[in-house]
Amino acid sequence: MASEDSRGGRPGLTVVDREDVQNRAVEAGLDALDASPNLPDAPGPGRVFLRSVLPPLVFLALLVGVWELAYLAELKPSYVLPSPGDVAQKFWETVQDGKAAEAVWTSLTRGAVGFAMSLVIGTLLGLAMWWSRWLRAAIGPIVSGLQSLPSVAWVPAAIIWFQLSNAAIYTVVLLGAVPSIANGLLGGMKQVPPLFDRVGRVLGLSALGRIRLVLLPAALPGYLGGLRQGWAFAWRSLMAAELITYSPKLGQGLGQLLNIGRELSQMSLVITAITLILVVGVAIELLVFAPLERRVLNRRGLTMR
Amino acid sequence: MSTRSATVEAPVQPREPRHVPAAPSAAVRVEGVSQIFERGRPPVLEGMDLTVAAGEFVCLVGASGCGKSTLLHLIAGLTQPTSGRISVSAERPALMFQEPALLPWLTASGNVELALRARGLGRAERRAEAERLLRVVNLEGHGGKRVHELSGGMRQRVALARALAQDSSVLLMDEPFAALDAITRDVLHEELTRVWAEQGLSVVFVTHNVREAARLGQRVVLLGSRPGRVVREWQADIPQPRTIESPGVGALATDITRELHREISRHGQ
Repeated sequence: MASEDSRGGRPGLTVVDREDVQNRAVEAGLDALDASPNLPDAPGPGRVFLRSVLPPLVFLALLVGVWELAYLAELKPSYVLPSPGDVAQKFWETVQDGKAAEAVWTSLTRGAVGFAMSLVIGTLLGLAMWWSRWLRAAIGPIVSGLQSLPSVAWVPAAIIWFQLSNAAIYTVVLLGAVPSIANGLLGGMKQVPPLFDRVGRVLGLSALGRIRLVLLPAALPGYLGGLRQGWAFAWRSLMAAELITYSPKLGQGLGQLLNIGRELSQMSLVITAITLILVVGVAIELLVFAPLERRVLNRRGLTMR
Repeated sequence: MSTRSATVEAPVQPREPRHVPAAPSAAVRVEGVSQIFERGRPPVLEGMDLTVAAGEFVCLVGASGCGKSTLLHLIAGLTQPTSGRISVSAERPALMFQEPALLPWLTASGNVELALRARGLGRAERRAEAERLLRVVNLEGHGGKRVHELSGGMRQRVALARALAQDSSVLLMDEPFAALDAITRDVLHEELTRVWAEQGLSVVFVTHNVREAARLGQRVVLLGSRPGRVVREWQADIPQPRTIESPGVGALATDITRELHREISRHGQ
């Protein structure tokens, strides 16, 4: 064949080699020109403070200012609307006598255990629903329905089933978080482009290998979204459950602290408890989920700025 | 290649595809393959015959609806034909898609290593082999980059390295350069020609770009549309090194285009 001759012939080879060297030089140039430029350096601490930390602080200060003015104007009696100073003092008291730490610890460990159980059950449920079309059709609508049902609605049922116990609390937490996690995983897996699975098959990966090495990593962003929502729902459900299942043998979580405030008509304690609940929620979001999500999205070049 | 004896004066000779005797050393043999996706719909492929000799570079051209991609997926074993026989000399042909289809959570090297992992290579071996393959596609030093940090041409080269990592003697390519700019495409043509010659691969290259087919192929097969079948073939005896501007390439492309237009016009009537 003519083309064979011109490729295989010794004298021609040098031409091919020279062509090749030139081609490689062009290629290297294209790569240098084409490759997406490096992202701008991360902003320094000063900028981060100005952009992300200062605005919420300013807003918070304004809020407290308006609150103080409302207090000074005596819009409401002080047992209904205490001054910011009163609340700050109560907050400090609660922190100092260890009640705050105790309540946060009790709720947080409960939340963590409940979330861990939800994680296992939700993940298995999501996988099973992906695996079996029949199961998906059968329980998919119920799982989605549960997701929009406020889990506080389960508290009376849980108390009737399990009395005032940790089991009742965990039941409510699970019913709150499991549907989000299962749906998040299922949604993530459904969104994986079919092309990825075809790649796995062309490469000769087994069915299990394709799930482990292709499908699950591809579904990770959706799964993480589900986990994040699952935690938010678990935390809310936990507060609702703790607020209602008040019993001395259950220890004192943040919800119970809230309940004491209500029974003693101590508005400053109520606001203290609300603040603690908020702080824990924000802290988990900022310390656990935000960095995790950022890392996953960064790796895939999906970061939004 | 005695079986395909009467090598005709390049570049303009029609061939009767049905009567090509199967070469004993065929890399890919497609015999009377038909593919119907839905009952009652016209077949995507009908009575398709195609033989690719070991070490041969064959380009398939055709308009939309000629079943080019379907044929490649059949040869790759991703789908089964409705009727007919397909045999491939390699256990598992490598396939490059139109998109690079790189997995975005892996690095360039990680994508290549995945193919090596599927072959059962150990971790250290995978790393070294991936490095070597990235060097083959001129991407030395880019192995640690994430997919989103690579340009379109670089991604397609990683995909080529991943296909080579399958260590298959048959490489199937489904319009792999369609989405690239002209300069990058020229460079990759050169790259591919070199890799093909060095590794002694059998290549089936699908494209709708006639000039690309004439530039790359030793043989160009024109497929008709609805249903897909072989209309005509050309032996492209244009000396290497070729470029997209080589006179022989231009002449062959003109001829194929004329035939392609005739085939397409048929459908408008």
